[in-house]
Amino acid sequence: MAKGFVKIVAERCKGCGFCVEFCPTHVLALSSAFNQKGYHPPYVSEAEKCSGCDLCGMYCPDFAIFGKRYPVGGTHAR
Amino acid sequence: MSNAVMEPGTLVQEPEAHNPVEPFLRMERIPHIWCPGCGIGTTVNCFARALMNAGLNTDKVAVVSGIGCSGRVAGYVNLDSFHTTHGRAIPFATGLKLANPELTVVVYSGDGDLASIGGNHLIHAARRNLDIKVICVNNLVYAMTGGQTAATTPVSSTTATSPYGTFEPTLNLPQLLEAAGATYIARWTTYHVKQLEKAMTEALKHKGFSFVEVLSPCPTLFQRRNHLGDGLATMKFYKEHSQTKHGASTADTGLTKEGDIVVGKFVVKEREEYIEGMTRHFTEHLGRPFEFKVRTC
Repeated sequence: MAKGFVKIVAERCKGCGFCVEFCPTHVLALSSAFNQKGYHPPYVSEAEKCSGCDLCGMYCPDFAIFGKRYPVGGTHAR
Repeated sequence: MSNAVMEPGTLVQEPEAHNPVEPFLRMERIPHIWCPGCGIGTTVNCFARALMNAGLNTDKVAVVSGIGCSGRVAGYVNLDSFHTTHGRAIPFATGLKLANPELTVVVYSGDGDLASIGGNHLIHAARRNLDIKVICVNNLVYAMTGGQTAATTPVSSTTATSPYGTFEPTLNLPQLLEAAGATYIARWTTYHVKQLEKAMTEALKHKGFSFVEVLSPCPTLFQRRNHLGDGLATMKFYKEHSQTKHGASTADTGLTKEGDIVVGKFVVKEREEYIEGMTRHFTEHLGRPFEFKVRTC
Protein backbone atom coordinates (compact mmCIF):
# COMPACT_ATOMS: atom_id res chain seq x y z
CA MET A 1 0.00 0.00 0.00
CA ALA A 2 1.21 3.46 -0.77
CA LYS A 3 2.83 5.31 2.10
CA GLY A 4 2.40 8.64 0.39
CA PHE A 5 1.29 10.38 -2.77
CA VAL A 6 2.59 12.82 -5.34
CA LYS A 7 0.74 15.80 -6.69
CA ILE A 8 1.57 17.14 -10.13
CA VAL A 9 0.77 20.56 -11.58
CA ALA A 10 1.04 19.55 -15.22
CA GLU A 11 0.73 23.06 -16.65
CA ARG A 12 3.83 24.21 -14.78
CA CYS A 13 5.96 21.30 -15.99
CA LYS A 14 8.72 21.73 -18.59
CA GLY A 15 9.32 18.05 -19.12
CA CYS A 16 12.95 17.89 -17.95
CA GLY A 17 12.44 14.36 -16.60
CA PHE A 18 14.41 14.82 -13.35
CA CYS A 19 11.54 13.47 -11.21
CA VAL A 20 11.05 10.40 -13.42
CA GLU A 21 14.77 9.59 -13.46
CA PHE A 22 15.54 10.12 -9.79
CA CYS A 23 12.38 8.77 -8.10
CA PRO A 24 13.82 6.08 -5.80
CA THR A 25 10.81 3.78 -6.18
CA HIS A 26 10.07 4.51 -9.88
CA VAL A 27 6.56 5.80 -9.35
CA LEU A 28 6.52 8.24 -12.25
CA ALA A 29 6.67 8.07 -16.04
CA LEU A 30 6.62 10.76 -18.71
CA SER A 31 3.22 11.07 -20.32
CA SER A 32 2.80 10.97 -24.08
CA ALA A 33 0.25 13.78 -23.80
CA PHE A 34 1.23 17.43 -24.04
CA ASN A 35 0.49 20.23 -21.63
CA GLN A 36 -0.49 23.70 -22.86
CA LYS A 37 3.13 24.73 -23.44
CA GLY A 38 3.89 21.60 -25.44
CA TYR A 39 5.88 19.66 -22.85
CA HIS A 40 5.29 16.08 -21.72
CA PRO A 41 4.47 16.18 -18.01
CA PRO A 42 4.96 13.12 -15.79
CA TYR A 43 2.12 10.98 -14.53
CA VAL A 44 1.84 8.54 -11.64
CA SER A 45 2.24 5.10 -13.19
CA GLU A 46 2.68 3.03 -10.01
CA ALA A 47 0.96 4.90 -7.22
CA GLU A 48 1.13 2.06 -4.71
CA LYS A 49 4.95 2.22 -4.69
CA CYS A 50 5.07 5.87 -3.58
CA SER A 51 6.71 6.44 -0.23
CA GLY A 52 5.95 10.17 -0.19
CA CYS A 53 9.64 11.00 0.23
CA ASP A 54 9.31 14.29 -1.71
CA LEU A 55 12.58 13.76 -3.58
CA CYS A 56 10.64 14.58 -6.79
CA GLY A 57 9.67 17.87 -5.16
CA MET A 58 13.29 18.63 -4.34
CA TYR A 59 14.48 17.89 -7.87
CA CYS A 60 11.70 19.65 -9.78
CA PRO A 61 13.13 22.96 -11.04
CA ASP A 62 9.64 24.19 -11.91
CA PHE A 63 7.92 23.57 -8.54
CA ALA A 64 5.42 21.43 -10.47
CA ILE A 65 5.48 18.26 -8.37
CA PHE A 66 5.84 17.26 -4.75
CA GLY A 67 5.34 14.21 -2.60
CA LYS A 68 3.76 13.88 0.79
CA ARG A 69 3.72 11.04 3.28
CA TYR A 70 0.46 9.84 4.80
CA PRO A 71 0.28 9.97 8.58
CA VAL A 72 1.63 6.76 10.12
CA GLY A 73 -1.09 4.15 10.53
CA GLY A 74 -3.59 6.01 8.37
CA THR A 75 -5.09 4.86 5.11
CA HIS A 76 -6.38 7.26 2.57
CA ALA A 77 -9.60 7.79 0.68
CA ARG A 78 -9.26 8.40 -3.03
CA MET B 1 4.62 17.01 6.92
CA SER B 2 2.63 15.27 9.60
CA ASN B 3 4.09 12.06 10.92
CA ALA B 4 1.79 11.73 13.91
CA VAL B 5 0.99 8.13 14.80
CA MET B 6 -2.70 7.37 14.28
CA GLU B 7 -4.96 4.47 15.04
CA PRO B 8 -4.50 1.76 12.41
CA GLY B 9 -7.16 2.00 9.78
CA THR B 10 -7.96 5.66 10.44
CA LEU B 11 -9.30 7.23 7.29
CA VAL B 12 -7.25 10.18 6.12
CA GLN B 13 -8.74 12.40 3.45
CA GLU B 14 -6.17 13.29 0.85
CA PRO B 15 -5.49 16.82 1.99
CA GLU B 16 -5.62 19.89 -0.16
CA ALA B 17 -1.88 19.71 -0.17
CA HIS B 18 0.35 22.44 -1.49
CA ASN B 19 3.97 22.34 -2.47
CA PRO B 20 5.95 23.10 0.72
CA VAL B 21 8.12 25.52 -1.26
CA GLU B 22 5.21 27.72 -2.34
CA PRO B 23 5.18 29.98 0.76
CA PHE B 24 8.76 30.97 -0.10
CA LEU B 25 7.95 31.94 -3.68
CA ARG B 26 6.10 34.77 -5.33
CA MET B 27 3.69 32.40 -7.03
CA GLU B 28 2.26 35.09 -9.31
CA ARG B 29 5.63 35.11 -11.11
CA ILE B 30 5.70 31.33 -11.64
CA PRO B 31 6.28 29.75 -14.19
CA HIS B 32 9.77 31.16 -14.20
CA ILE B 33 11.97 31.92 -17.19
CA TRP B 34 14.56 29.17 -16.65
CA CYS B 35 14.99 26.67 -19.48
CA PRO B 36 13.79 23.06 -19.32
CA GLY B 37 16.60 21.06 -17.70
CA CYS B 38 18.16 24.05 -15.95
CA GLY B 39 19.07 23.33 -12.34
CA ILE B 40 18.51 26.75 -10.77
CA GLY B 41 14.95 25.85 -9.71
CA THR B 42 16.33 22.78 -7.95
CA THR B 43 18.73 24.97 -5.97
CA VAL B 44 15.80 27.22 -5.02
CA ASN B 45 13.97 24.14 -3.67
CA CYS B 46 17.00 23.32 -1.53
CA PHE B 47 17.29 26.93 -0.39
CA ALA B 48 13.62 27.08 0.67
CA ARG B 49 14.00 23.88 2.67
CA ALA B 50 17.26 25.15 4.18
CA LEU B 51 15.43 28.28 5.33
CA MET B 52 12.80 26.09 6.98
CA ASN B 53 15.48 23.90 8.61
CA ALA B 54 17.52 26.84 9.85
CA GLY B 55 14.44 28.18 11.62
CA LEU B 56 15.16 31.78 10.69
CA ASN B 57 12.60 34.54 10.85
CA THR B 58 12.02 35.16 7.15
CA ASP B 59 11.33 38.83 7.85
CA LYS B 60 15.01 39.08 8.78
CA VAL B 61 16.39 37.34 5.71
CA ALA B 62 17.33 39.34 2.63
CA VAL B 63 18.36 37.91 -0.72
CA VAL B 64 20.65 39.96 -2.95
CA SER B 65 21.48 38.86 -6.45
CA GLY B 66 23.25 40.23 -9.45
CA ILE B 67 22.53 39.90 -13.13
CA GLY B 68 22.12 36.56 -14.80
CA CYS B 69 19.83 33.58 -14.81
CA SER B 70 20.60 32.85 -11.16
CA GLY B 71 20.12 36.53 -10.42
CA ARG B 72 16.44 36.04 -11.18
CA VAL B 73 16.12 34.19 -7.88
CA ALA B 74 15.80 37.52 -6.06
CA GLY B 75 12.63 38.18 -8.03
CA TYR B 76 11.08 34.80 -7.34
CA VAL B 77 11.65 34.35 -3.61
CA ASN B 78 9.04 35.76 -1.27
CA LEU B 79 11.61 37.51 0.92
CA ASP B 80 13.05 40.99 1.01
CA SER B 81 15.25 40.93 -2.02
CA PHE B 82 17.31 43.17 -4.20
CA HIS B 83 18.35 42.66 -7.82
CA THR B 84 21.56 44.61 -8.28
CA THR B 85 23.79 45.60 -11.17
CA HIS B 86 26.09 43.08 -12.83
CA GLY B 87 28.76 41.71 -10.53
CA ARG B 88 27.87 44.05 -7.67
CA ALA B 89 25.69 41.81 -5.55
CA ILE B 90 28.34 41.51 -2.82
CA PRO B 91 28.95 45.28 -2.46
CA PHE B 92 25.20 45.80 -2.02
CA ALA B 93 25.05 42.90 0.42
CA THR B 94 28.00 44.36 2.36
CA GLY B 95 26.20 47.67 2.73
CA LEU B 96 22.98 45.93 3.72
CA LYS B 97 24.70 43.84 6.36
CA LEU B 98 26.60 46.78 7.85
CA ALA B 99 23.56 49.03 7.88
CA ASN B 100 21.37 46.35 9.42
CA PRO B 101 23.56 43.75 11.15
CA GLU B 102 20.61 41.71 12.44
CA LEU B 103 19.68 40.68 8.90
CA THR B 104 20.77 37.36 7.46
CA VAL B 105 22.05 38.45 4.08
CA VAL B 106 22.16 35.84 1.34
CA VAL B 107 23.84 36.55 -1.97
CA TYR B 108 22.34 34.26 -4.60
CA SER B 109 23.98 34.60 -7.95
CA GLY B 110 25.83 32.89 -10.73
CA ASP B 111 29.48 32.23 -11.48
CA GLY B 112 29.65 34.87 -14.21
CA ASP B 113 28.26 37.51 -11.90
CA LEU B 114 30.06 36.58 -8.67
CA ALA B 115 33.38 35.21 -9.84
CA SER B 116 34.01 36.78 -13.24
CA ILE B 117 32.56 40.29 -13.29
CA GLY B 118 32.45 40.66 -9.50
CA GLY B 119 35.46 38.52 -8.63
CA ASN B 120 37.22 41.29 -6.76
CA HIS B 121 34.24 41.87 -4.47
CA LEU B 122 34.04 38.15 -3.74
CA ILE B 123 37.69 38.03 -2.70
CA HIS B 124 37.45 41.05 -0.43
CA ALA B 125 34.22 40.00 1.27
CA ALA B 126 35.94 36.67 2.04
CA ARG B 127 39.08 38.49 3.24
CA ARG B 128 37.02 40.58 5.66
CA ASN B 129 35.05 37.51 6.77
CA LEU B 130 31.87 39.52 6.53
CA ASP B 131 28.88 37.56 7.78
CA ILE B 132 27.12 37.01 4.45
CA LYS B 133 26.11 33.76 2.83
CA VAL B 134 27.05 33.39 -0.80
CA ILE B 135 25.32 30.79 -2.97
CA CYS B 136 27.02 30.56 -6.34
CA VAL B 137 25.14 28.63 -8.99
CA ASN B 138 27.97 27.61 -11.28
CA ASN B 139 26.85 26.69 -14.78
CA LEU B 140 30.38 27.21 -16.16
CA VAL B 141 29.39 29.96 -18.58
CA TYR B 142 27.78 33.42 -18.81
CA ALA B 143 24.32 32.06 -19.49
CA MET B 144 21.83 34.90 -19.73
CA THR B 145 24.00 37.07 -21.93
CA GLY B 146 24.38 34.36 -24.56
CA GLY B 147 26.91 31.78 -23.39
CA GLN B 148 30.20 33.67 -23.43
CA THR B 149 33.38 32.33 -21.82
CA ALA B 150 33.51 33.05 -18.08
CA ALA B 151 36.41 32.75 -15.64
CA THR B 152 35.00 29.39 -14.55
CA THR B 153 34.65 27.87 -18.03
CA PRO B 154 36.70 24.64 -18.25
CA VAL B 155 39.57 24.48 -20.72
CA SER B 156 38.67 23.42 -24.29
CA SER B 157 34.95 24.13 -23.93
CA THR B 158 33.18 25.68 -26.88
CA THR B 159 31.30 28.86 -26.04
CA ALA B 160 29.84 31.81 -27.95
CA THR B 161 33.14 33.68 -27.70
CA SER B 162 35.42 30.68 -28.17
CA PRO B 163 34.21 28.69 -31.20
CA TYR B 164 37.57 26.81 -31.27
CA GLY B 165 37.48 26.07 -27.55
CA THR B 166 38.77 28.00 -24.57
CA PHE B 167 42.46 27.89 -23.73
CA GLU B 168 42.49 30.10 -20.64
CA PRO B 169 43.11 28.37 -17.32
CA THR B 170 40.01 28.01 -15.16
CA LEU B 171 39.34 29.71 -11.85
CA ASN B 172 38.87 27.22 -9.01
CA LEU B 173 36.45 28.97 -6.68
CA PRO B 174 36.92 26.92 -3.46
CA GLN B 175 40.70 27.34 -3.70
CA LEU B 176 40.40 31.06 -4.40
CA LEU B 177 38.08 31.59 -1.45
CA GLU B 178 40.09 29.50 0.96
CA ALA B 179 43.13 31.58 0.10
CA ALA B 180 41.07 34.75 0.56
CA GLY B 181 39.90 33.60 3.98
CA ALA B 182 36.33 32.31 3.69
CA THR B 183 35.28 30.30 6.75
CA TYR B 184 32.72 27.93 5.22
CA ILE B 185 33.23 26.45 1.75
CA ALA B 186 31.19 23.63 0.25
CA ARG B 187 30.50 22.44 -3.26
CA TRP B 188 27.64 20.25 -4.44
CA THR B 189 25.80 19.72 -7.68
CA THR B 190 22.10 19.93 -8.44
CA TYR B 191 22.04 16.12 -8.29
CA HIS B 192 22.97 16.19 -4.56
CA VAL B 193 19.78 17.83 -3.33
CA LYS B 194 19.81 16.48 0.23
CA GLN B 195 23.46 17.32 0.75
CA LEU B 196 22.92 20.75 -0.78
CA GLU B 197 19.99 21.41 1.55
CA LYS B 198 22.20 20.49 4.50
CA ALA B 199 25.10 22.63 3.27
CA MET B 200 22.79 25.63 2.78
CA THR B 201 21.35 25.11 6.27
CA GLU B 202 24.86 25.02 7.73
CA ALA B 203 25.86 28.09 5.75
CA LEU B 204 22.80 29.99 7.00
CA LYS B 205 23.73 29.14 10.59
CA HIS B 206 27.47 29.77 10.17
CA LYS B 207 28.91 33.00 11.49
CA GLY B 208 31.23 34.48 8.91
CA PHE B 209 31.66 34.37 5.17
CA SER B 210 30.00 31.19 3.87
CA PHE B 211 30.31 30.04 0.29
CA VAL B 212 28.27 27.25 -1.28
CA GLU B 213 29.06 26.46 -4.90
CA VAL B 214 26.39 24.53 -6.78
CA LEU B 215 27.18 23.04 -10.16
CA SER B 216 24.13 23.31 -12.38
CA PRO B 217 23.46 22.27 -15.96
CA CYS B 218 23.03 24.92 -18.64
CA PRO B 219 21.50 22.76 -21.36
CA THR B 220 20.85 25.65 -23.71
CA LEU B 221 24.24 27.33 -23.80
CA PHE B 222 26.91 25.07 -22.33
CA GLN B 223 25.79 21.46 -22.72
CA ARG B 224 24.35 21.95 -26.20
CA ARG B 225 27.42 23.72 -27.63
CA ASN B 226 29.71 21.09 -26.09
CA HIS B 227 27.58 18.12 -27.17
CA LEU B 228 27.05 17.02 -23.58
CA GLY B 229 23.37 16.21 -23.93
CA ASP B 230 20.47 17.85 -22.13
CA GLY B 231 19.85 18.72 -18.49
CA LEU B 232 18.95 15.18 -17.55
CA ALA B 233 22.12 13.77 -19.17
CA THR B 234 24.15 16.28 -17.14
CA MET B 235 22.39 15.24 -13.93
CA LYS B 236 23.30 11.62 -14.69
CA PHE B 237 26.87 12.75 -15.36
CA TYR B 238 26.94 14.45 -11.95
CA LYS B 239 25.62 11.26 -10.38
CA GLU B 240 28.30 9.10 -11.96
CA HIS B 241 31.28 11.45 -11.82
CA SER B 242 30.99 13.10 -8.43
CA GLN B 243 33.41 12.14 -5.70
CA THR B 244 32.45 13.18 -2.20
CA LYS B 245 35.55 14.23 -0.30
CA HIS B 246 34.80 16.18 2.84
CA GLY B 247 37.75 18.22 3.97
CA ALA B 248 39.57 17.71 0.68
CA SER B 249 42.41 20.08 -0.10
CA THR B 250 40.82 22.81 -2.20
CA ALA B 251 43.86 22.68 -4.50
CA ASP B 252 42.53 19.33 -5.75
CA THR B 253 39.03 20.54 -6.53
CA GLY B 254 39.59 22.07 -9.96
CA LEU B 255 36.90 21.50 -12.57
CA THR B 256 37.50 20.08 -16.01
CA LYS B 257 35.11 19.72 -18.90
CA GLU B 258 34.38 16.02 -18.59
CA GLY B 259 36.47 14.94 -15.61
CA ASP B 260 35.40 13.95 -12.13
CA ILE B 261 33.88 16.55 -9.86
CA VAL B 262 35.09 16.74 -6.28
CA VAL B 263 32.16 17.66 -4.04
CA GLY B 264 31.83 18.02 -0.30
CA LYS B 265 32.39 20.37 2.56
CA PHE B 266 35.93 21.59 2.16
CA VAL B 267 36.48 24.27 4.78
CA VAL B 268 34.79 25.00 8.11
CA LYS B 269 36.72 27.19 10.48
CA GLU B 270 36.28 29.95 12.98
CA ARG B 271 37.76 33.38 12.42
CA GLU B 272 36.93 36.81 13.73
CA GLU B 273 33.96 38.25 11.87
CA TYR B 274 34.18 41.75 10.35
CA ILE B 275 31.89 43.64 12.75
CA GLU B 276 33.38 41.80 15.75
CA GLY B 277 36.86 42.72 14.55
CA MET B 278 35.87 46.34 14.13
CA THR B 279 34.38 46.45 17.64
CA ARG B 280 37.47 44.85 19.17
CA HIS B 281 39.87 47.11 17.31
CA PHE B 282 38.15 50.39 18.19
CA THR B 283 37.57 49.33 21.79
CA GLU B 284 41.34 48.74 22.09
CA HIS B 285 42.35 51.92 20.35
CA LEU B 286 39.79 54.37 21.69
CA GLY B 287 40.15 53.13 25.23
CA ARG B 288 36.37 52.98 25.75
CA PRO B 289 33.67 50.47 24.79
CA PHE B 290 32.82 50.84 21.15
CA GLU B 291 29.53 49.74 19.71
CA PHE B 292 29.08 49.56 15.97
CA LYS B 293 25.99 51.56 15.04
CA VAL B 294 24.79 53.03 11.83
CA ARG B 295 23.66 56.61 12.18
CA THR B 296 20.24 57.09 10.66
CA CYS B 297 18.87 60.51 9.95
